[in-house]
Amino acid sequence: MSYKFYGGVHPACSKTLTNDRPVKKTFIPKKVILPLSQHTGLPAEPVVEAGEKVLVGQLIAKHSGYISSSVHASIGGKVSSISYSPTPSHPRALSIKIEAQDGEDQELITQKHPDISQLSKECLLSVIRDAGIVGLGGAAFPTYVKLSPPKGKSIDTVIINGAECEPYLTCDQRVMIEKAAEVLNGLEIIMKVGGARNAYIAIEDNKLSAAYAMERALEKSIVHSPQSTVKIVTLKTKYPQGAEKQVIKAITNREVPAGGLPADIGCVVQNVGTAFAIYEAVYLGKPLIERVVTLTGSAIKEPMNISVRIGTLISDLVGAAGGLKGQAAKVIVGGPMMGISQYTLDVPVVKGTSGVLFLSKADCPDYEESVCIRCGACLDACPMGLVPTTLMYLVKNGNYEAARDSGVANCFECGACSYECPAKIPLVDYMKFGKAKL
Amino acid sequence: MSDQLTVSIGPHLKSRKTTKGIMWAVTLALVPAGAAGVYIFGPNALYAIAASVISAVATEARVLAVRKKDPGAIWDGSAALTGLLLAYNLPPGSPLWLPAAGSFFAIAVGKQVFGGLGHNIFNPALAGRAFLMISWPVYMTTWSAPRWAADAVSGATPLAIIKNKEFAAMHNASYWDLFVGNRGGCIGEVCVAALVIGAIYLFVRGYISWHIPLSYIATVALTSWIFNGHGGLFTGDALFFVMAGGLVLGAFFMATDYVTSPLAARGKIIFGVGCGLLTFVIRKFAGYPEGVSYSILIMNALTPLIDRYAFPKWFGWVRKK
Repeated sequence: MSYKFYGGVHPACSKTLTNDRPVKKTFIPKKVILPLSQHTGLPAEPVVEAGEKVLVGQLIAKHSGYISSSVHASIGGKVSSISYSPTPSHPRALSIKIEAQDGEDQELITQKHPDISQLSKECLLSVIRDAGIVGLGGAAFPTYVKLSPPKGKSIDTVIINGAECEPYLTCDQRVMIEKAAEVLNGLEIIMKVGGARNAYIAIEDNKLSAAYAMERALEKSIVHSPQSTVKIVTLKTKYPQGAEKQVIKAITNREVPAGGLPADIGCVVQNVGTAFAIYEAVYLGKPLIERVVTLTGSAIKEPMNISVRIGTLISDLVGAAGGLKGQAAKVIVGGPMMGISQYTLDVPVVKGTSGVLFLSKADCPDYEESVCIRCGACLDACPMGLVPTTLMYLVKNGNYEAARDSGVANCFECGACSYECPAKIPLVDYMKFGKAKL
Repeated sequence: MSDQLTVSIGPHLKSRKTTKGIMWAVTLALVPAGAAGVYIFGPNALYAIAASVISAVATEARVLAVRKKDPGAIWDGSAALTGLLLAYNLPPGSPLWLPAAGSFFAIAVGKQVFGGLGHNIFNPALAGRAFLMISWPVYMTTWSAPRWAADAVSGATPLAIIKNKEFAAMHNASYWDLFVGNRGGCIGEVCVAALVIGAIYLFVRGYISWHIPLSYIATVALTSWIFNGHGGLFTGDALFFVMAGGLVLGAFFMATDYVTSPLAARGKIIFGVGCGLLTFVIRKFAGYPEGVSYSILIMNALTPLIDRYAFPKWFGWVRKK
């Protein structure tokens, strides 16, 4: 039971490097860099000062404004400075740096929460907010905002997004296999907060092991009750199957109106990692200080899935994965389709970092751009039904008004057009530029 | 090591499909039809094809040099493809300067004047053919029958015979003859079987979609069946009209030319139906027996207009209230 969305492309999955490797025990670094803006919205406001001692899980920056998210110390130690440093998406972002003292205990003392059924909706929501939970799929939108729909809108369907359509990444798949029951507990909380009665767990059909694990956990779970139904849906492997609007369309056949939100059609989509983080926050009182990251690519010695403290520098992670193999041509934070290539390895893992790719020259060869031959491949690839080549010419000629009328704002930058273009035109760059000019 | 990292905007993976690959695949798909033409009409057809391709590539190289463009662009295959397609649209017995002149016009005027690959309004090969048709109509309508036929010089095309109401002369050209190419016609259009093989290859590789060929051929078949019979409405011989002229070559290899056809699926269907209607009108009412090339050229001119109105539906598009 699944519907189709228009468009999409079929890049090679390349997931076999890591999809059967269990998540490694948390890597605890000596030093972390925690940017104040790891999420969509306003940056958090620091509540500690340089030189102050902090404990693992201590609040160090508080959310400010409606769309924002708190930041917690991911290791115990001393705040060495609050200064600018590069992050995966910004060359200069205000960050809190923490250095660990030798011999310090870095385990977070968690405590089981009493009884979940006693907690009210508002109480759960504030737990989620205070734990600094954001969407872990990549966009890092604050979760509590997503779970509180605007007035007059209600949520009837929750979709747990385990599609993981980006090639190479396997962190969501491993979380589903290893933490299936916990993900379901997280789902239960999301359903309770959102007031939804239906839930779906969306998994692409190249991850049937994850679907099987979830299915088994579901049999034992109490989330499936007369009042609510939870179904596991296997979707066709196709990029961008895991995009929010596309996964809703594929499962419920509802279309989020252009410029609208999933809440407009009664849906909320949460990544499996987010569901797991919600479980940890509510059941264990653990803020978001670590996440599962896939380290992969042909230029790293030991590709792996590893639990990582937020703020760990990628250069430290490279050491944990046995170092680099040969020459890495590109280091990409995120997946190969939408991820951001880095110019330095001294950037931290942030909340939205699902993977770090170390690609060799052979994996991502340079192609020479040539002129558009109007083949229409980008139209067939665009999941939003846009005409990338026309938009490209409009943006190129500075005709931003016309680009807006042709719907450039609907583009969510999945990159399917650039992937498919036989002339190798960086179409999505033009879309991004056109959107920025609106 | 960080000074050796490449920084670029995603996606960092790209499909293997390239412009060059597509052009050479289409060229490859046309080889069976050309081979069949050479087999049917003898070595003259081969010389004509060679003259056309060489002239096209040479013209492209010269014009690229004049325009100070990358001379390596001749290897993208588009010029060779234009030359090949033009030759396929010529009578087999034509003197060699004819394809050479046609290819020169096709590349220099049909393509490069508009800005080169990707910018031309008209299918260059068909523009070249139209130029030859206007300039040297006698050469362009002197047909030869297959080399094994008795009257190998004046073998008119099946459509011309029909046009001149000599239907009786046609009864010995069976569907099978039309299908395998045992008849008069242009070099590349006669062997429907070979064209279909090439077209299937392009479909399987995903280089052409069904929209234009299907809507084009279906429109011609339907209109011919309804209006083109001798016994009133609904007596036309649809299969004959589909296979007799250059329709199969045109529908699969020339109307589908990326540059000069609409982008969106809906636009492609409008384009195909338009080509089909024009082909029927020209065949039935105009002075020429065949209308495929002119109908495609006319629809080429309408392509920007079609593109303006026929675009895909936006995801989540809602009518403004």
